[in-house]
Amino acid sequence: MSTPLLRVTDLQVEFPLAHGVLRAVDGASFDVQEGEALGIVGESGSGKTMALRAIVGLLPRAARIAGGTVEIDGVDVTRGGGAKLRELRGRTVSMVFQEPMTALNPVMRVGDQIAEAPLVRLGAGRRGARDRALELMRLVGIADPSRRYEAYPHELSGGMRQRVVIAIALSADPKLILCDEPTTALDVTIQDQILKLLAALQADLGVSIVFVSHDLAVIAQTCQRIAVMYAGQVVETGTVAEVFREPRHPYTLALLRSVPDFDLVRNHLSSIPGSPPDLASPPQGCRFHPRCSFVRPDCTQAPIPLIALGSRETRCLHHEDCAAAARAEPVVTGV
Amino acid sequence: MSLGGYVVRRLAHLVPIVLGVTILVFFLIHLVPGDPARTILGNQATDARVALLHHEWGLDRPLPVQYEKFMGRLVHGDLGSSLFYGMGAGRLVVDRLPVTLWLIGFGTLLSVLIAVPLAALAATQRDRLPDHLVRAVPLVGLGFPPFWVGIVLLLVFGLHLGRLFPVGGYGNGFTGHLHSMFLPSLTVAFGIAPILIRSLRASLLEVLESDYVTTARSKGLPERRVLVHHALRNGIVSTVSVLGVNVGFLVGGTLVIEQVFAVPGIGQLMINSIFQRDFPVVQAVTLVFSVMVVLVYLLTDVAHALLDPRVRFE
Repeated sequence: MSTPLLRVTDLQVEFPLAHGVLRAVDGASFDVQEGEALGIVGESGSGKTMALRAIVGLLPRAARIAGGTVEIDGVDVTRGGGAKLRELRGRTVSMVFQEPMTALNPVMRVGDQIAEAPLVRLGAGRRGARDRALELMRLVGIADPSRRYEAYPHELSGGMRQRVVIAIALSADPKLILCDEPTTALDVTIQDQILKLLAALQADLGVSIVFVSHDLAVIAQTCQRIAVMYAGQVVETGTVAEVFREPRHPYTLALLRSVPDFDLVRNHLSSIPGSPPDLASPPQGCRFHPRCSFVRPDCTQAPIPLIALGSRETRCLHHEDCAAAARAEPVVTGV
Repeated sequence: MSLGGYVVRRLAHLVPIVLGVTILVFFLIHLVPGDPARTILGNQATDARVALLHHEWGLDRPLPVQYEKFMGRLVHGDLGSSLFYGMGAGRLVVDRLPVTLWLIGFGTLLSVLIAVPLAALAATQRDRLPDHLVRAVPLVGLGFPPFWVGIVLLLVFGLHLGRLFPVGGYGNGFTGHLHSMFLPSLTVAFGIAPILIRSLRASLLEVLESDYVTTARSKGLPERRVLVHHALRNGIVSTVSVLGVNVGFLVGGTLVIEQVFAVPGIGQLMINSIFQRDFPVVQAVTLVFSVMVVLVYLLTDVAHALLDPRVRFE
């Protein structure tokens, strides 16, 4: 396999607390190949957003990268200071945010916000930057772009604003777009439109996408590969088809079983017992073991590394048990 | 509503405000002990001569009648005649008004020029030494009264450092005014800047953590452009209101500063007229002050609306 566009290896992100530290991300590892869409799924607080922000160096003020590497095009960006990262932002990697209501500057015309990166980063000139912004607005499905160019964010609907945010993310022609729950704040119908737009952009422009979501259906719709995060760690990776058909981590299985299933493959909706661990003092051994139905004595001993299974990976010692359970009672059809 | 319609409607609000101010001023000044006739004629004057002068000025008539006459003249734009200068009170005020406007305008400008870079420095260097300095030093400055600050500035820059600036007066021509009014305006600015810095620093800190600043950074913009085009542009919106309120207060504060720097503005005119019990002039100056305060607030609201497209003129 060629050098991946993005390779995250054992990434760790810390928040200092009054006593000790909180490891929001503690062992996130995943690759993204050129032209590929990777979904990162996990519940709130699993560290998926922080992992994403760490990639482009846009962590909150208090947080810091405590370890691991982030290689973009083979270059480790966690070393070498902010200037290198700033150079990569927009041009190589850009972001789409969760809240289109707050992600846009309220006192700047949306067209100018889209034209800003072409103007400053690409040196397109005023006229050129404006033309580029209008072209991008057309591309992301904003009707009547020359009129909308002059609008302020508060004059647009949520879906329109998210299209503007996507246009901004595309504006300097990046190779990789990091999407942080881009549809969570939107109506279901709008959500679908935005997902289709992102899928179309990936197919047409050949841009790679990392798609963070807590919604498995959204990941299934947009991504080829998936990384499942639990308590700050990546616990399973693989293609969407493999992972959905035969999860090899009990958390993934439990997550899939907790999604309402309209094809009626399953008769009941299950929930995962217990709650995620306190990241300031995570459990010994496998972090999922207190909630796991497959738990065995060796699960609680030492931290579990990511175990490679061909093109897949899992952080479970007894993944065969899990796969067998999934085969006995399939969780999804048609993937 | 359009900007023009909004301004006209706000200006209409001036009428009741000015009416209220005239009533207050008119009756309050007559409660002040002292007699302009005695001031002019001296202590040896006979009661008959004082009474004659009172009659001439109309001061022997009942207050409501005097007020009625005063208002009758006012609606014709006549603010009455000064009891001492032998000219219209309105004329006196209009002649000196530019001086005071210079002081307020120049002072406001300097306060913004001081506050914006310091607030930006403090916010971007949060919790580091520059931030602590910017937060502490102006606060100490705020503890000194303006007249004292003014006198110190005069001593340092007008005297000891080789007379860099004149110690009083208004100067001639634009550059002359600029030169003469610098120290008084700086005194004004020192009074407002600490409040502006605190307000702007606080709103900048909030804005710098906002999602749209993260969006701006995700474009790979230089940090300087993020600060100026995204953070400051938003942070300044709420600070404009703070500035407006303080310039409103400042209108009254010019009295003291004009006195310290011997600047011939309407503040100084006001003080002299109070000492002389020159009722018409005091009334005229107060009226102009109140109109200025209302206009400053109007300007603030207009500036606020122009800076923030979400604000509607209502």
